Amino acid sequence: MSTKTPKIEMKDVRKAFGEKCVLNGIDLTVNKGESLVIIGGSGTGKSVTLKCVLGLMKPDSGSIMIDGVETTTMNQKERDALMGKFGMLFQGGALFDSMKVWENIAFGLIQGKKMNADEAHDIALEKLRQVGLAQQTGNLFPAELSGGMQKRVSLARAIATNPEIIFFDEPTTGLDPIMADVINDLISECVKDLGATALTITHDMSSARKIADHVAMIYEGQMIWDGPVGQLYDSKNSYVEQFIHGRADGPISKHS
Amino acid sequence: MLKIMQSFNKDSVIDFPAYVAQTIGGSILSFLQSIGALAAFIGKATAKSFSPPFYPRLIMKQFIDIGYYSLPVVGMTALFTGMVLALQSYTGFTRFNAEGAIAGVVALSVTRELAPVLAGLMVAGRVGASIAAEIGTMRVTEQIDALITLSVNPFKYLIAPRVIAGTLMLPILVLMGDIIGIYGGYIVSIYNLDFSSGTYIAQTWDILEKMDVLSGLIKAAVFGFIVSMMGCYHGFNSGRGAQGVGTATTYAVVSASILILISNYILTQVFFS
Ligand SMILES: Nc1ncnc2c1ncn2[C@@H]1O[C@H](COP(=O)(O)OP(=O)(O)O)[C@@H](O)[C@H]1O
Ligand SMILES: [Mg+2]
Repeated sequence: MSTKTPKIEMKDVRKAFGEKCVLNGIDLTVNKGESLVIIGGSGTGKSVTLKCVLGLMKPDSGSIMIDGVETTTMNQKERDALMGKFGMLFQGGALFDSMKVWENIAFGLIQGKKMNADEAHDIALEKLRQVGLAQQTGNLFPAELSGGMQKRVSLARAIATNPEIIFFDEPTTGLDPIMADVINDLISECVKDLGATALTITHDMSSARKIADHVAMIYEGQMIWDGPVGQLYDSKNSYVEQFIHGRADGPISKHS
Repeated sequence: MLKIMQSFNKDSVIDFPAYVAQTIGGSILSFLQSIGALAAFIGKATAKSFSPPFYPRLIMKQFIDIGYYSLPVVGMTALFTGMVLALQSYTGFTRFNAEGAIAGVVALSVTRELAPVLAGLMVAGRVGASIAAEIGTMRVTEQIDALITLSVNPFKYLIAPRVIAGTLMLPILVLMGDIIGIYGGYIVSIYNLDFSSGTYIAQTWDILEKMDVLSGLIKAAVFGFIVSMMGCYHGFNSGRGAQGVGTATTYAVVSASILILISNYILTQVFFS
């Protein structure tokens, strides 16, 4: 176990926007086939952490290794090759509004993996079914869908290429509890059946309990706690306790 | 200014020159920085426009968006410019009994200057703004990030088609503008100023040389490149939120317009001296 190279390993990653220091030395390890959930308040840098791993943002310093290979110093070509391993569900959906729903889902297959359109169309419809949407939805444009439906389409797009590593940025935010559970099952399925490694951000504790193998909590730009999901409610960490029970009073300040 | 002075009175007066120097130095530095960023962007966008994969369908779509849909605007601009030129030169030239020069003035002004510059400015407003708004919206809604995670290079997928289409379509638009503009002058001269049709056409052909038209078309290609590049650059680097996109759109139009006027002068100098 300890000799295996971790799928994702972040060491002392820092990132500031101007004066504002967002990531303050992030350390994080995710092993192959593991599902890690990151919890933490809004604006604490969870999305920024994901974007640094994906290479969409360049950290100011620190090391990010994927499969034991340093990524922060990669050139464009190596980076392009690496992207093929990733799938990402963006917090805001980030669907291409000029394309139909099925074209969105099939985009990575057609453009990235050079699959022919018919085959990709079939896969897109299958993914659409998996996220609980009707086939006819495929011919609508993203603007014609509700927020929750957009999120599910975005999820379908993220998993359509069967990526090795999938990032979910608040996958269940804005969904009703039942649909949230469908999505939780789907995420667990991706990890268990496809052997993917998942890194999920969520505020939704029931979702975290369901999909996580490990949980890490971010606060003021650092990972202040991590451990197996079984220990989450027994963490003896006052920050974690305050967050998971949603208490207004505690060590986490109300105006960060 | 008064406010700045007041805020310095509170501290010490000696700080003021230092503050001014710092501010000016700072803005010069950030100006140089943005020139560098722009140059890097243009270099990358140009390089990516010439290397595979190409997206012929996206390029076709931009041909239609940028070229075909700009035709009414450019056509109207050229038509009325040609017409007013004939009218203005008539009222001016009768003072020196030089009415015979009207055909030549219209033909030369339209092909060398007015068609390319006015078409460039109109397209900057129409196309430059829409490119910046579209790409800027894709930036702020993370659609550009999504492209990257789906293994598609945004420079090739978004920017190259627009720059290619802008550079190739504007000369075609301007060629049509040339014809329409000259025709506008012709209409006014024949129906309003009672010139003879045959003489007017002969005079036009007489004076017009290949280089007059060609220089206008080369200018048009440069302006098309400027407009699409400015739209892409400002959209791609759009700030966050709706405000970011609004600012990007404004910058795209203003910077393209100014660069068109400056490069027009430089190109004219190169062609005709
Ligand atoms: N592109 C950016 N430019 C400037 N500041 C940013 C940018 N992206 C994120 N931030 C700032 O970084 C902080 C963390 O953002 P984010 O990671 O999105 O928070 P969250 O943990 O809610 O996902 C926020 O204060 C945000 O304003
Ligand atoms: Mg976030």
